[in-house]
Amino acid sequence: MRVSLSWLREHVAIDHGLTVAELEAALVRVGLEVEEIVDRSTTVTGSLVVGRVLSIELVPKVKKSIRHCTVDVGTAARADGTPSSIICGAQNFAVGDLVPVVLPGAVLPGDFAISARKTYGRMSEGMICSERELGVSDNHDGIIVLPAGCADPGTDARSLLGLDDLVVELAVTPDRGYCLSARGVARELSHSLGVPFRDPAGTVAPARGTIRPAYPVQVDDPAGCDRFAARIVRGTDPAAPSPSWMRQRLAVAGIRSISLAVDITNYIMVELGQPMHAFDLASLRGGLVVRRAVTGETMTTLDGVDRVLDPEDMVICDTGIANPLAEGTPVSLAAVMGGQTSEVRPDTTEVLFEAAHWDPVMVARTCRRHRLSSEAAKRWERGVDRELCLPALEMAVRLLTEYGGGTVDADVLDFDAPPRANQVILAADLPTRIVGVPYSAARVAEVLTSIGCQVEGEARLTVTPPSWRPDLTDPADLVEEVVRLDGYDRVPSQLPTAPPGRGLTPGQRRRRSVGRALAEAGCYEVLCYPFIGEAALDALGIPADDQRRRLVRLRNPIAETEPAMRTTLLPPLLATLRRNTGRGQRDVALFEIGRVFYPAARAEGAPPVLPVERRPSDADLALAGELVPDQPWHVAAVLAGEIEPAGWLGGGRVADWADAVEAATLVVATALPELGAAAVTVRSAAYQPWHPGRCAALSCDGVLLGHAGELHPAVCSAMDLPRRTCAMELNLDALPLPDPVTAPRVSSFPPALIDLALVVDAGTPAIAVQHAIAEGAGDLLESVRLFDVYAGEQLGAGRKSLAYKLAFRAGDRTLTAQEAVTARDAAIARATERCGAILRGA
Amino acid sequence: MRNHSGRNQPNRGDQPDQGDQPSRRDPASDEAAQASLLSQAALDDAVACAEKAFAAAVDLDALVAMRHLHLGDRAPVPLARRAIGSLPGPAKAEAGKRVNAARCAIQAAYDARNAELVAEREQRVLIEETVDVTLPTARRARGARHPLTTLADLIADTFVAMGYEVAEGPEVELEWYNFDALNLAPDHPARTMMDTFFTEAPGLVLRTHTSPAQARVMTTRKPPIYIVCPGRTYRTDELDATHTPVFHQVEGLVVDRGITMAHLKGTLDHMAKAMFGSQASTRLRPSYFPFTEPSAELDVWFPQAKGGARWIEWGGCGMVNPRVLRACGIDPEEYSGFAFGMGIERTLMFRHAATDMRDMVEGDVRFTSAFGMEV
Repeated sequence: MRVSLSWLREHVAIDHGLTVAELEAALVRVGLEVEEIVDRSTTVTGSLVVGRVLSIELVPKVKKSIRHCTVDVGTAARADGTPSSIICGAQNFAVGDLVPVVLPGAVLPGDFAISARKTYGRMSEGMICSERELGVSDNHDGIIVLPAGCADPGTDARSLLGLDDLVVELAVTPDRGYCLSARGVARELSHSLGVPFRDPAGTVAPARGTIRPAYPVQVDDPAGCDRFAARIVRGTDPAAPSPSWMRQRLAVAGIRSISLAVDITNYIMVELGQPMHAFDLASLRGGLVVRRAVTGETMTTLDGVDRVLDPEDMVICDTGIANPLAEGTPVSLAAVMGGQTSEVRPDTTEVLFEAAHWDPVMVARTCRRHRLSSEAAKRWERGVDRELCLPALEMAVRLLTEYGGGTVDADVLDFDAPPRANQVILAADLPTRIVGVPYSAARVAEVLTSIGCQVEGEARLTVTPPSWRPDLTDPADLVEEVVRLDGYDRVPSQLPTAPPGRGLTPGQRRRRSVGRALAEAGCYEVLCYPFIGEAALDALGIPADDQRRRLVRLRNPIAETEPAMRTTLLPPLLATLRRNTGRGQRDVALFEIGRVFYPAARAEGAPPVLPVERRPSDADLALAGELVPDQPWHVAAVLAGEIEPAGWLGGGRVADWADAVEAATLVVATALPELGAAAVTVRSAAYQPWHPGRCAALSCDGVLLGHAGELHPAVCSAMDLPRRTCAMELNLDALPLPDPVTAPRVSSFPPALIDLALVVDAGTPAIAVQHAIAEGAGDLLESVRLFDVYAGEQLGAGRKSLAYKLAFRAGDRTLTAQEAVTARDAAIARATERCGAILRGA
Repeated sequence: MRNHSGRNQPNRGDQPDQGDQPSRRDPASDEAAQASLLSQAALDDAVACAEKAFAAAVDLDALVAMRHLHLGDRAPVPLARRAIGSLPGPAKAEAGKRVNAARCAIQAAYDARNAELVAEREQRVLIEETVDVTLPTARRARGARHPLTTLADLIADTFVAMGYEVAEGPEVELEWYNFDALNLAPDHPARTMMDTFFTEAPGLVLRTHTSPAQARVMTTRKPPIYIVCPGRTYRTDELDATHTPVFHQVEGLVVDRGITMAHLKGTLDHMAKAMFGSQASTRLRPSYFPFTEPSAELDVWFPQAKGGARWIEWGGCGMVNPRVLRACGIDPEEYSGFAFGMGIERTLMFRHAATDMRDMVEGDVRFTSAFGMEV
């Protein structure tokens, strides 16, 4: 909403000493967010003065009619008052006229600098300007001719052109539709500044509806249109221009000037907030019907688009044009946009002005359905004062006859189906209870009265909001009015006392610990967009029947190539890795903790309609909940380049599959205590996008947690990743939340340390051997650690040796050598039994 | 290492020939000779001789050699001690005292010199072991947490310290929680202003704010409710310096008996100070959100703001609309509440003078690295 200060001043007595900052504060204080306040005097910099045309001479031998003028600009150009010589192409002025002149050194909007220069063989020492050149309006039909005698030559012309003004641009919240008008903004300023307000809708008593309608109109659907008023002006001059003050104000509001009749409707929309329509009476063939559209009906709106109408749309129809589908043919998509057939034309002499009141919800739906919005629709959606129809018509017919001539028909149509009066019961102490500021009942009534409410009662107030405030429907709305007008800055600061809390949940603490552990292990956390497309899954080589191909898809994605939510963290994470390597980072280790998305098991059908006036039933909430996609938390890490940096201390070490597995086991170790982590098993797996020979699957109590290892070489090349990039991804939610740890008893007796090398088939997983050792060694075994893996000729082909350090310890005594050896032999025996292990060197 | 090896070893008789060494004696000497060994003059002489020798030892090896000569089995004082046995009874005690005093004196002289030389050697070793400590020592790569995560954690901790709990909710959310329950009817203009991502499945959206978590908590718990909900949110904005389609918000909700807008203001003041320092303060401006009534825009002022102390728009807040309480099954006659929400990216921008939102979403390690493990 853009409006000028001078416009507002017509309705509210703003002190002339008010500064820009004070104006802004006054608007903000009552909830009007100021986007911008523009000082129009700066739209033209330099000398912009009144000039009197002294002589005009046609420049000879030029095709276009170019005129050379001498213009008296007082002493603005030269101290001795010598007139300026100016070349001008416009024809609409004569000797003696007063015109606005910019002198050399001035800069017009669009950074157009004016200088003295030779043109058409003459000196031009400035420019005589049109409204568009000065940024006053978009009118460029000739230059501006100022009223005779308005000022002396040489005086500043800004005040005569409306350029000594401020333009205020406001962001109006959806509840305050009435502030999409000068009337509404002025009213709020009067509240904010405590100065008198003069209602522009109340200055002239409008003509009331007459028995005989101005035009035959039948409203079939009063729910969609509860008021429809119309008046007719005949014999108006179709060529009459809009007055420059109106054009200027429309320009301020950002609306293009079209014709006098249309400009008047637009001007009244911004002035009062009442959207209107002007019909060309001659184009109407029969009476009008206001009804819902029927299925299959179409119409062409003013923007030239053929639209298929919906039975919920409201249309204004001409009964004189036959329609096989319904009564009358649509000539206007009600409240949103007119039709091409009935529009005011350049030869229109008879104008039917319409001012109606439409259902906001109907308008909102029509706009959304047709992807169409207009200045009018914006106001309808937010609520329009239904009492404006007659004042708006009065203003329209007066303006049209004043500037375009003609006569006003005496008949006034006013179809009025008033809704039930909106009354709100407000406990007088509610504002105090909700805001925490003691407002007396009298103060509450005073504030509400000041904004136009009728207030009755004392402890229990019956409040009738004014017609321009359809947003005030609930006691809470009135509470806001009280605190808004009394001042948000009067609300004190006070901390509430919460009951004792339980802190973070174990799951929340776990996510923090895991993130911290990975960061401490050298990974950088990133937060990627969770959008993916089929191409990303193809690049990862994920098979067609994989559950990661079951996507939650978006209807309106940002990029058509990424229309779905991720089912694995890897695609965006690997893209981020590539972005880093692309920017010259050689060694990159990244991780992300985030959700992935799988369609709900019951992913068909719409959720049940849930009420809002009361809590939905548990059953309905549960039913709706079944449609919500499964969104588990995952953690993933990707590694490329050196994980141990090269330097003078050593040659560095490139991250390999084992680092990825270590990152995964680090997550497990962070999430679970030692005993729980022991329940996690690692096995080799073939799972895309990993290298089939270098992929570990981790599971816990039979539940798959995820995978880790080196990526498949084909994936690295498809995604343009560094060779041998490694990755891990785990489902954090699949890790059980551990019970409290039972504290171990720490033995103070010395350990018995025994090394053990076992030879097994090369294909035997080391973890299986280790499990067998642990099992066979029994309770005396304190720890077992693999310290060497060897394969060589002396072992024979297809064999490997695994060397372990075993530590035995008892809690109650120092072990004898015999006890330790017995336990070791039991371990070997079990490894032999399970894995065919042979003691090396035996 | 200190050398104790000489103490119990027999004198091997290959001592270096030194001027201060006592004269050798025949083991088969006569009584007179033994008596002379025990004379006070001889003992004093032995002590003086040892003291001089120890003092002259230049290093620990030389000192060990001297120790053999003056405290070894064949040194004058131990020989004198052995001679005591041959003395008549009454003289034994007196001679024993004198010999012992001499032995103690020599031992003390040795210990003192030994301590000096050990200290000297340790000092020398420390100097020899000097390294250049300015050499880079990074054996392990360092990582970092994302500042948005750590900032969200910091905000959560601020509220957890006051007794709040941290609520969560799904990112792909039922429209009812995201809109309807929050008094955003299907045709409400504010609903179309939310720039919503819709899923192909009907009735679901990517949550446009963290407020649906409010509705989830209120439909499942009885007041008093004190929660914060940091989390990911989505709107169909194109990425630029100040917008991102995927961003983070933190939502706060309190529902209890007697909750007022003053409590809201007090809580926001506290949070502003926790985020922007003890001098920070907040300002409320009338505004509109369907889920709160009265509603306010929240501005924060703090001295360290980039471009000087000033008011910066930080978030939105208000008193929970009774319609929302009703939709969630809470009686607005009995309970009232407040809610607030702000962008975590925006908070990071103000708090850390970050100027481009793209740095927060691109995942360039150089950006994250600057923040380390905490913001």
